[in-house]
Amino acid sequence: MNYMIEMFNVWKTYPNGVYALRGINIKIDKGEFVYVVGPSGAGKSTFIKLMYREERLTKGKIFVNGFNVERLKERQIPQLRRNIGVIFQDYRLLPNLNVYENVSFAMEVIEAPKKTIKKRVPEVLELVGLKDKMAALPNQLSGGEQQRVAIARALVNNPAVIIADEPTGNLDPETSWEIMELFEKINFRGTTIVMATHNKEIVDTMKKRVIVIKDGKVTRDEYRGGYSYED
Amino acid sequence: MRIRTFGRHLKEGTKNIVRNGWMTFAAVSAVTVTLLILGVFLVLAMNINHIAEVIENQVEITVELDLSIEESQISPIEDQIRNIDGVKSVVFVSKEEGLEQLKERFGEDAYLLEGLEEENPLNDIFIVKAYKPENIDYIAKEITKIDLVTGVDYGKTTVDKLFAVTRWIRHIGLIFVVGLSFTAMFLIANTIKITIYARKREIEIMKLVGATNWFIRWPFFVEGTLLGILGSLVPIVLIVFGYEFLLEKLNSNLTLSFFQLLPLYPLAYQISILLVSIGVFIGVWGSMMSVHRFLKI
Repeated sequence: MNYMIEMFNVWKTYPNGVYALRGINIKIDKGEFVYVVGPSGAGKSTFIKLMYREERLTKGKIFVNGFNVERLKERQIPQLRRNIGVIFQDYRLLPNLNVYENVSFAMEVIEAPKKTIKKRVPEVLELVGLKDKMAALPNQLSGGEQQRVAIARALVNNPAVIIADEPTGNLDPETSWEIMELFEKINFRGTTIVMATHNKEIVDTMKKRVIVIKDGKVTRDEYRGGYSYED
Repeated sequence: MRIRTFGRHLKEGTKNIVRNGWMTFAAVSAVTVTLLILGVFLVLAMNINHIAEVIENQVEITVELDLSIEESQISPIEDQIRNIDGVKSVVFVSKEEGLEQLKERFGEDAYLLEGLEEENPLNDIFIVKAYKPENIDYIAKEITKIDLVTGVDYGKTTVDKLFAVTRWIRHIGLIFVVGLSFTAMFLIANTIKITIYARKREIEIMKLVGATNWFIRWPFFVEGTLLGILGSLVPIVLIVFGYEFLLEKLNSNLTLSFFQLLPLYPLAYQISILLVSIGVFIGVWGSMMSVHRFLKI
């Protein structure tokens, strides 16, 4: 039971009858860096959302860092989510809060002690390379910088796993590479990373584990794999 | 909950109230109108109940005896009445005394009754009083069973009418209050919904990083509570001062002083506590109604 994420025959059917996932079996080790690729509408986002229980599965079992996700009671979900950092394509920052506040917000709402917050936030901002822009508002930042803030926010509570859904989807190639380097760095420090992406170039170059999801099934699962899912 | 967290919730809840100025105003007004009407009905109903009780306590049973009754038969009847449970006192009024009392009551017009002494149409009567007003019915029934008793009268109709009025006022008040409460709740729910829409992203992020549902709920809980309390202030002031004014007017006017209204205290406290509680209840319910749906992320 040392895996970070385990899925056993996971099915997800939406109320409108769409089969998003049909029998997914997957094991992700602690400290792994995994790309999830596949055509749009193949079930990548559902795959991601099931892990932090934004969506509930129809059949099967999911374990994340030891939590039996489906069996959690409503009031236990916060405990699960404190183990997971989530990052989105559209950053989802709070526009009225500056960089520092956006990151500290994530600690405040889980009632972290003030001292810890004061110490931890600059640390994380240094890690993502935004120590000089703590007072800036999101709209004063570039897209890449905004995504760095979002990454800092996801990291600040020390999650065991980072889940990213198309984190470079809105960024130009050069910035995307910078962000990927940041993810590498984070992964190197021991955090498991699961990333859904469309970025072929990145996947092919980074040579990590690649899980291909097509029509709700895992069609390929390779270490040091490439992007291609057309066969 | 940490004190600092509680401070945060208070601050956030208050901020929302100030931020949505007009919606706050609408919601508070709705609560105000609801509670004002509720308060007036309450004061009215409490006073009518009180008056009815006073009258009820004064109720006595008049027992009419058969016209052909012999003097010797009177005291056994009196004993029989005295033996009924709950009877406090029995007073005999002969028909001659009755006529005298009637004449007194007629005053200057007493001449109309002259000549009646010869052929007194009145009955000998007993005036019976009970320890408890609720026993009156039972006592009256028992007395009816006694021989030579031709009539029992205890102003049942007056008391019943009074209670009917009280009941009606209670029903009408209740309908008004329930209807208005829902309107107020709806308005509060809407006010808070606007706050929630404005902070949808914030709530979403809170949920994603693992804030508990109660942590997210508290500011809205505070907001609802405050809306309810704000809404109860004006009705309390108006009702308490209005009632005080009414009491002063009535007491300075002797002809009206037979109205034994309830004293200002403790009524003022009771009404205040009740209105604040109901205001808070409406506010909290309204806010919880709208938060509920947003927490399912």
